[in-house]
Amino acid sequence: MIKHLRSAADLDAPTATLILDTAGEMAALAGREVKKLPTLRGRTVVNLFYEDSTRTRISFEAAAKRLSADVINFSAKGSSVSKGESLKDTALTLQAMGADAVVIRHPASGAPHRLAAWVDGSVVNAGDGTHEHPTQALLDAYTMRSRLGRIDGLKVAIVGDVLHSRVARSNVLLLTTLGAQVTLVGPPTLIPVDIAAALSPATKVSYDLDSVLPDMDVVMMLRVQTERMQDSFFPSAREYSRRYGLDLARMRKLPEHAIVMHPGPMNRGMEITPEVADSSRSTIVEQVANGVSARMAVLYLLLGGKA
Amino acid sequence: MTSYLLRGVSVLGAESRDLAIVDGLISDKAPADAEIIDAAGLVALPGLVDLHTHLREPGREDAETVETGSRSAALGGYTAVFAMANTSPVADTAGVVEQVWRLGREAGLVDVQPIGAVTVGLAGKQLAELGAMATSAANVRIFSDDGHCVADPRLMRRALEYVKAFDGIIAQHAEEPRLTEGAQMHEGEVSTRLGLTGWPAVAEEAIIARDVLLAEHVGSRLHICHVSTAGSVEVLRQAKARGVRVTAEVTPHHLLLTDELAASYDPVYKVNPPLRTAADVEALRAALVEGVIDIVATDHAPHATEDKECEWAYARPGMVGLETALPVVLSVLGERWDLIAERMSRTPARIAGLTGHGTDLAVGQPANLTLVDPSARRVVDPSELASRSRNTPYAGTTLPGRIVATFLRGEPTVLDGKAVK
Amino acid sequence: MASPRADAPSKIILSASDLHRVVDRIAHQILEKTSGATGTVLLGIPTRGVPLAQRLAARIHAFEGIDVPVGSLDITLYRDDLRLHATRALGKTELPGGGIDGRRVVLVDDVLFSGRTVRAALDALNDEGRPSSVQLAVLVDRGHRQLPIRADYVGKNIPTSLSESVRVSLTESDGLDEVKLTGGEDQ
Repeated sequence: MIKHLRSAADLDAPTATLILDTAGEMAALAGREVKKLPTLRGRTVVNLFYEDSTRTRISFEAAAKRLSADVINFSAKGSSVSKGESLKDTALTLQAMGADAVVIRHPASGAPHRLAAWVDGSVVNAGDGTHEHPTQALLDAYTMRSRLGRIDGLKVAIVGDVLHSRVARSNVLLLTTLGAQVTLVGPPTLIPVDIAAALSPATKVSYDLDSVLPDMDVVMMLRVQTERMQDSFFPSAREYSRRYGLDLARMRKLPEHAIVMHPGPMNRGMEITPEVADSSRSTIVEQVANGVSARMAVLYLLLGGKA
Repeated sequence: MTSYLLRGVSVLGAESRDLAIVDGLISDKAPADAEIIDAAGLVALPGLVDLHTHLREPGREDAETVETGSRSAALGGYTAVFAMANTSPVADTAGVVEQVWRLGREAGLVDVQPIGAVTVGLAGKQLAELGAMATSAANVRIFSDDGHCVADPRLMRRALEYVKAFDGIIAQHAEEPRLTEGAQMHEGEVSTRLGLTGWPAVAEEAIIARDVLLAEHVGSRLHICHVSTAGSVEVLRQAKARGVRVTAEVTPHHLLLTDELAASYDPVYKVNPPLRTAADVEALRAALVEGVIDIVATDHAPHATEDKECEWAYARPGMVGLETALPVVLSVLGERWDLIAERMSRTPARIAGLTGHGTDLAVGQPANLTLVDPSARRVVDPSELASRSRNTPYAGTTLPGRIVATFLRGEPTVLDGKAVK
Repeated sequence: MASPRADAPSKIILSASDLHRVVDRIAHQILEKTSGATGTVLLGIPTRGVPLAQRLAARIHAFEGIDVPVGSLDITLYRDDLRLHATRALGKTELPGGGIDGRRVVLVDDVLFSGRTVRAALDALNDEGRPSSVQLAVLVDRGHRQLPIRADYVGKNIPTSLSESVRVSLTESDGLDEVKLTGGEDQ
C-alpha cells in the first residue's frame, strides 16, 4: 500500500480502483444511524491548512472523525512566508505530537512533497498551489462511476483554466490511469502547450467547446478566477462565458446520459449558468457528499494497516 | 618570502617538469632553501578567475562573508573573483565597492574585485555613479544589476555607452521581467506537471537579442551572464559572426543539471536562470567548446539554510559553486587543460581587464596558479564546504579532480587540499 | 493464522458430502432452536460466511418452505488487528430489507478460532441496529479461544494445534467443497 498521497500519479489503476471500491463501502455505511466506525481509534490526523478552504477541511475532518481518528485542526493561514513558523518547524512539531497522517493544504506547489521528507507519518495532499488535488480527483472519479457505471472508456471534457488548476492536473492523471479519454478545453492562454506530454500523452486539447460537447460523457467545469483578466489570459468575463461557459443551450448539445461536474466553489454566471448548475445532470451536490466517502477510503488505506 | 619548487608538475597537461616560485613570480630556478612540493601527477593551471560570485557581504553575513567566500574560492582553485553588487546595501557607490575590495584584501585568499551596480539600488531606474566606482580604489570595470535585468532599453543603451569612457563593460542578467513574473523554474513539460510557474527561454533570448543589437548600435562591449538556453546560444553565435563585441558566460550547473531535478521540489535545485532541458545542456556544452560562450562563471550564490529548507516557491534561487566548478567542468570537458585554462582563467581575466591573472605560467609572470589532481574522485559532502552555506546541488555526487594547492602571487592559499588560513 | 508451507502435509477433515450433511444439520438445528426460523436473519461474515449463510437459507427453504432473509456483515473496519497486517480490502455489508432491529440474527462464519472475528462482528452489528438476540453458526470450531465466545451451532469440532491451519474451500469461492487441516509438527 502507498504511504503518501501527494499526487494522483502516486496511484496505479489497482490502487485507485481499490480506493473507489472502499469509498463505495464507506458511502453505504454513511446511510446508517451510527455513522462512526472504530477503525482508526488512537490514530491522530492533523489537518494542516495554509489556505482557507472550509469545505475541504470539513470534508477531511468528517472523514477522519467517522473513522474515530483524533483530529487536530492546525490553521496556519495568515502566517506569511517571512513571518511565522517555517513549514519545517511546523512539521517537526507535528512529528513530536505523533501525527499518523498530515492532511496539508498549501498555496505553494510541492509543499506536501517537502513535508513528507520531514515527518514519519503519511502525508495527504489536500491541494497544493497550482499543482494537484488528488482527493478531489478521487471523489470526481467516484461520482462518475456512481452515475455512469464505469470510468474505463468514458470521454471527459475538463473545461477552463487548466493552467492554474490543481483539480485538472489530478483529474487528468487519475482518469487516464483508469482508462478514460480526457479532452482539455479552454482558451490557448490557459492550456499549457505541453500539457499532454507533461501528464499523459493520450490527453487531447481543444479550443472549441461546442465541437467537443456532442461526444462527451462528462463535462467538468473549472472555476475561473476573474483576476486572470488582469493578466490578459482572456479579455473579459463576458467573452469568457460566451466562449467557454456552460449554459442551457450548450448543455443540450451533450448526449442524453452525460453529466455536468464542478469541483466548487462555482462562479455562477461565469463558467456555469445557475440553470445548468441546478439541473438534474449536475452532480455538484453529490460531489460534496462523495468527498467524505472518498477521503475516508484514503485515510483507511493509508492508516488502516501496518505502518 | 618563501620560495617553492613544484617538483614533477605537469603544466596544462604537458610533460612533467619542475616549476619554481620565487618572490611571487614564476622562476626557472629555485634557491636552495625553497620548500619542495611533490607535484607528481598534478596538473598546474593558471589561477582560476570567476566573473560571477555572490559574497553576500555586506548584508547577509549569515550566508557568506568576503572571507568565507574567498576561502571557498581558493579551495576551488580561484585566485580572483568578481563580487556581484546585489549586497545590502547595494554596491552602487564608491564607498561600498571599496569596502568589499578592502575586505577581500584583508582576507588575502583571492583577489576580490567588486562589480558595481548599473542602477541605483538595482532598481532599474537611474544610473549609479559608475565613474566614481571606476576611479575608486576598487577600480571597478564590470557593472551589473545581476539578480535583476536592466530591462529598460533606453537605460541599457545609456549604460553601455557611458562605461566606454573607462573601458567598462555591462554584464547583463538577461531576463525580461514581464515574462518571468512569479516564475519558479524552466517553462516546459516539467513545470506544467509540477504546477510551478514557468520561466520561458524566450525571456532570456529576447533580452540578449535586444542587447546585442544595442551594443552593436552604440559600439560598446557587452557581457551576458549565465547563458542558459540553446536559443541564446544561437543569438550569440549570430551576433559574434557579425562582429558584435559580446562575450558570454555559462555556469557549471547549467552545463550539467536539468529541470527534471525540480520534481523533488527540493529548492536546492532552484536557481535563476533555472535549470533547463537536456537539449539546452547539450547546446551550452557545444557552445563552450566552440567559443560562442567565452567563459565558465560560477554564479556562486550562498543561501542560509532557512532560505532553502522550505517550500520551493518561497526559497531563494541560487547554488554555491566555487568549490565544485572545476570538477564539474572537468567532468563535462574532460582533461582538455588548455581549453579549461582558456574558459576559466585567461578569457575571464581578459574580459575584466584584470592584469596579473590568467597569464601563462612562464618565467617572470605572477605566480597565480592552482594544482589539480585529475585522478582523484570526490563525493561532494555539503558539510565539508568552506562556504558558510550548504546549498550545493551536488551533495552525494562523485566528481573528478581535486584541487591540491592554490598560489596567489606566490603565497599558498591552499596546500594539501586545505586552506592555509 | 499460521500459513503452513504449500507442501505441508494435509488431511481432509470434511469431504464434500460431509460438508453438505453438516450444513443440513445446522439448518435443522436453526429451525429447531428458533421455532421455525421466525423473525430470524442470517448474516454471513465475508468471505466464506456469506455463501454458507446462503446455503443454510436454501436448505431451510428446502426443508420447510420458509424464506429466511440473508445478508452479509463485513467486519474489517472493526478488527482489532488492523495494525498487524497490511491494509485489508473491505468486504461487502448488505443487510436484508427490513434490517435487523428486533430480529434474531444468526451470524455465520466458516471457522471459529480466537473469537476475535466474532467480537468484531458483534461490534459491527451494534452499529447497524438492535437485534433481539444474536446467535453464532460456524462450520468448524478449532478451539484456542482468546475471548469468552462460543458458537450456538457447530458443524464439526476439530481439535487442532496452533501450528496447524484449517482450510475451508467452498464451490462458490474456491471451486470445490472441502475442509482440510494442514501443517503441524506431528504429522
